[in-house]
Amino acid sequence: MKPADFPPPWSDGDAIAAPSDSEPIEVGVLVVGAGPAGLAAAIRLGQLAASDPKGAARLGEVPVAVFEKGKAPGSHLLSGAVIDPGPLQRLLEGLRDPGDMPSYGEVPGESVLFLTAGRAVPLPIPPTMRNNGNLVVSLSRLGRWLAEIAEEAGVAILAETAAEKLLVEEGRVVGVRTGDKGRGRAGEELGRFESGSDVRAQVTILAEGTQGHLTAAALGRFGLAGSNPQTWALGVKEVWKVARPQRQVIHTLGWPLRSGAKFREFGGSFIYPMGGEMATIGMVVGLDYRDAELSVHDLLQELKTHPRIRSIFDGGERIAWGAKTIPEGGFVALPRKFSAPGLLVTGDAAGFVNVPALKGIHYAVESGRLAAEAAWASVARDDDLDGFDRALRKSFLWSDLRQVRNMRQAFARGLWRGSALAGLATVTKGRFPRDDRATERDAEQSVLTSARSSSYPAPDGRLTFDKLSSVYLSGNRTRDDQPNHIRLATRVPAELAELWSRMCPAQVYETGVVGDDGLVEIELSSSNCVQCGAITAKGGRLTPPEGGSGPEYTLT
Amino acid sequence: MVCGSGVESFAESAGPFGAGAVFVADDERLAAPLPQPRVDVLAALIREEGFDIVLFAQSVLAADVAAGLAARLGAGLNWDLVDVAETDEVLVGKRPALADSVWVDVGWTSSPRLALFRTGAFEPVERGGSAEVRTVDVVLEEHSLLAQLVEPAVAEQSGPSIEDADVVVAGGRGLGGPEGFAQVEALADALGGAVAATRAVVDAGWYPYSAQVGQTGKTVSPKLYVAVGISGAIQHKVGMQGSGTIVAINKDPNAPIFDYADLGVVGDLNEIVPALTSLVGRRKSG
Amino acid sequence: MRIAVCVKAVPDAAAGRRIDPATGRLDRAGDLVLSDFDLHPIEEALRLRDAAGEGEVVVVSLGPPRAADAIRKALAMGADRSVLVTDDPFAGADLVTTASALAGALGRESADLVLFGQQSADGDGACLWAAVAELLRRPFISQVAELAVEAGSVTGRRQTELGYERIQSPLPAVVAVSDAINEPRYPSLKGIMGAKSKPQETLGAAEVGGVSPARTAVLALSPPPARGERRRIEGAGAPEAIVDFLVERRLI
Repeated sequence: MKPADFPPPWSDGDAIAAPSDSEPIEVGVLVVGAGPAGLAAAIRLGQLAASDPKGAARLGEVPVAVFEKGKAPGSHLLSGAVIDPGPLQRLLEGLRDPGDMPSYGEVPGESVLFLTAGRAVPLPIPPTMRNNGNLVVSLSRLGRWLAEIAEEAGVAILAETAAEKLLVEEGRVVGVRTGDKGRGRAGEELGRFESGSDVRAQVTILAEGTQGHLTAAALGRFGLAGSNPQTWALGVKEVWKVARPQRQVIHTLGWPLRSGAKFREFGGSFIYPMGGEMATIGMVVGLDYRDAELSVHDLLQELKTHPRIRSIFDGGERIAWGAKTIPEGGFVALPRKFSAPGLLVTGDAAGFVNVPALKGIHYAVESGRLAAEAAWASVARDDDLDGFDRALRKSFLWSDLRQVRNMRQAFARGLWRGSALAGLATVTKGRFPRDDRATERDAEQSVLTSARSSSYPAPDGRLTFDKLSSVYLSGNRTRDDQPNHIRLATRVPAELAELWSRMCPAQVYETGVVGDDGLVEIELSSSNCVQCGAITAKGGRLTPPEGGSGPEYTLT
Repeated sequence: MVCGSGVESFAESAGPFGAGAVFVADDERLAAPLPQPRVDVLAALIREEGFDIVLFAQSVLAADVAAGLAARLGAGLNWDLVDVAETDEVLVGKRPALADSVWVDVGWTSSPRLALFRTGAFEPVERGGSAEVRTVDVVLEEHSLLAQLVEPAVAEQSGPSIEDADVVVAGGRGLGGPEGFAQVEALADALGGAVAATRAVVDAGWYPYSAQVGQTGKTVSPKLYVAVGISGAIQHKVGMQGSGTIVAINKDPNAPIFDYADLGVVGDLNEIVPALTSLVGRRKSG
Repeated sequence: MRIAVCVKAVPDAAAGRRIDPATGRLDRAGDLVLSDFDLHPIEEALRLRDAAGEGEVVVVSLGPPRAADAIRKALAMGADRSVLVTDDPFAGADLVTTASALAGALGRESADLVLFGQQSADGDGACLWAAVAELLRRPFISQVAELAVEAGSVTGRRQTELGYERIQSPLPAVVAVSDAINEPRYPSLKGIMGAKSKPQETLGAAEVGGVSPARTAVLALSPPPARGERRRIEGAGAPEAIVDFLVERRLI
């Protein structure tokens, strides 16, 4: 039995509509998503407009608008993160001094540990993971900073605004329709109901991040998808005030993940120092795992009980928590085309993540910058948006991803075989193995059960925590009486219900009553949802709830 | 100070509780419970008699009067106080702030010093004695007479709203179903309080959203909060942790609510709640 | 008809409000948002203006310069313009300081109706309107759950501990509305995008009649007293034990 056997009541056409508003709002370029890709695009457009007033005039009264579904830019941004600051610094030349970028300093030192239940064995650091000159940052904080710069550059940033449908007219993307606000549980209009609006733009840049809602619809509608499906990993992280300053960037492999090929548990953890007083720890696991009882949230709690890890967090205080998926397919899962009439796709939504190096942010920035230039050329000089595809292929982004393209797929063969294959790929700089390994949809993995949950620690409220406390710490204040935004088959076998229930870091899914047919009804607490996107990878479909809902990350 | 119309008889009752003198402003124009005429009367009295410290007990009317008086006299007003102390003529008030998460010492930098105290901050102590009753003239400003009472207050039939109530009885999943709320309502009635519900049961349709207490519902801080069949997860806790006294009834001895309830009762709510309700009812009527 | 709404930009609750031990004042370093309680008088003002088919809604506030961003939400909801009184000496303003700054700004507006929300989301001070009305020497009605405006007068249904009463006053008047009065609208997308082009005026101390110095002070902070012993009971006799406990605590 696999999750894909119970598809959600959703088709990507549900996110596409024809314009219908008699008084649409008009903007020049619309960017969906205030993440690193979207804000880089917005800032670049601001720069181009400032340097060419005639071209800028063609953008109209509102030259660039960025829509963000979170409460504020940064509210839905989450990453490790260790970033290569180069592309951002180049983008912001003249606007900001490199020293102004909010960061927790350069990577002080690093190690890679292979964990067993009681030991931590140092491994040599693979060349793909070396971090010289890179900075530890909070992506959420970085996003807030970039949003300020974008606003100074004349960009209108509208938070609490969900882009619900892509507007398509005669085969061309002409903008988006924003989501309604003020609907009740059953979809009824409440006292403060505000209907969504059509927003028309000459070019729409999708920078929605992982599991981009409109991106998925656009890939289908315009035939942009590549031949390999995208796959994802789920990352759950915490930020702590620590009792002793941390001086190392640590990555771990092995325990508590299992190495056997049948389990398909690929992933590891990261621990990054954040200045002298804080540190962040995260567990990342590929969603092609099979065990119904696997819970990344609980694996993170288990990880903290390892003696080597516990020593870092004992005596500290957990101050933030969050969860988000990461596209893992790499080069072979990229769309075959990144543009369509009136449309460009950038950042994590396109899948520009270098999995072995755990880097995606600087690619997002680069792809956003290139998208801005293509959009500008289209508006100012009527150039074709195809220019974006060409620019991407000439960029370092492309060659980097190409080089590491088989790493992740190799691990489908289990940790040992996978490491060997990955090693081979590294040493040969991607020339071997020669055949591009295919990816398989996460929801196509058949489900098995072992007694996985028996090792999860009971939450003690000091080092380990339960999911509800975690959701609280994400700042999630989603209005309870909203319609449910998650599309899911709700009558499924008990094993599948268990899979989803454990998978979700926010405890959205609970197993209800078992019917006579042996199927269970799933109960959803959709206001817990932190919009990580895991459900979409594993057989359901997340759609954006009312704008402003979801987590309010500040330190993630 | 007693202000109103036909209120002379109240003046003497303050004596046994410690008042040395009671000033009475009795005038038809003070009949309606409106603040602005009272500001006029108090301002005149304070100027005339040279009072340096003026204390009020919280009520909707008193808060309006105190603030208007502060503006009239150019005086400092500290409100929401739970205590006050004088050392060497320096008056220091104590009040909770930020949803009772921190306590603040506040002072005054000029005279007169106005203070508004939380309901129930002090217990009245009858110590005997009598007060001198003095009448004062009532001279009112023009602008104080403009607002008029058109319809006097009529007590609402239904109980207090959960945010205003002094007592809240809340029900959670442990009730087992919507019928469980009947006993919650009975207990709330007996205690003169309002009924609240956790998010879980509101989601399940057992009780309306308007009664929801918690992170995404209402925040309440009654004197008494009785949690029936509620486990006490943090999303609920933040909606009621400021309550004066928390009593929790739950059959699970490990429920998180027992970590912060003042009185934790482990047992079957279906036995305890009805018995409690009838005991309370008997006490109140007997 | 000109309606002025007095609002306050307060630290966002999600960011975690705390008192700065160095100054004894609320740490306002984080993002400021419009106080939730103030959304109700803004909504009421918009409804009154829209029902009359004419008029102006102006939002007035005292705060630091960055309060302007938070106040823009009122403009996004539909208010016509805003006036922010901001000047260094106003930091740490107490009740009378704030009231006199607002009264100074309102004095320039000649509003028919001045609206306030129920309480300040950060200071919990529930009586600013009374002080402002006193300084303007105008009548006021507080705790209004229902408001009706006729030619030249306003009637409010006022909520008190004893029930609801009706108070009537001639205009100009000051009215403080409770959060039961309405459900504030979401700003529409068009509203948000149009807000930036609406006039946002700033006034300094000189333009509002100077600074009335604070007459109260924060002296010290301390953690709240421990809740006291927690008690646990089980078994038979629980209802009686509960009653005893409540009596002991003077709750019944």
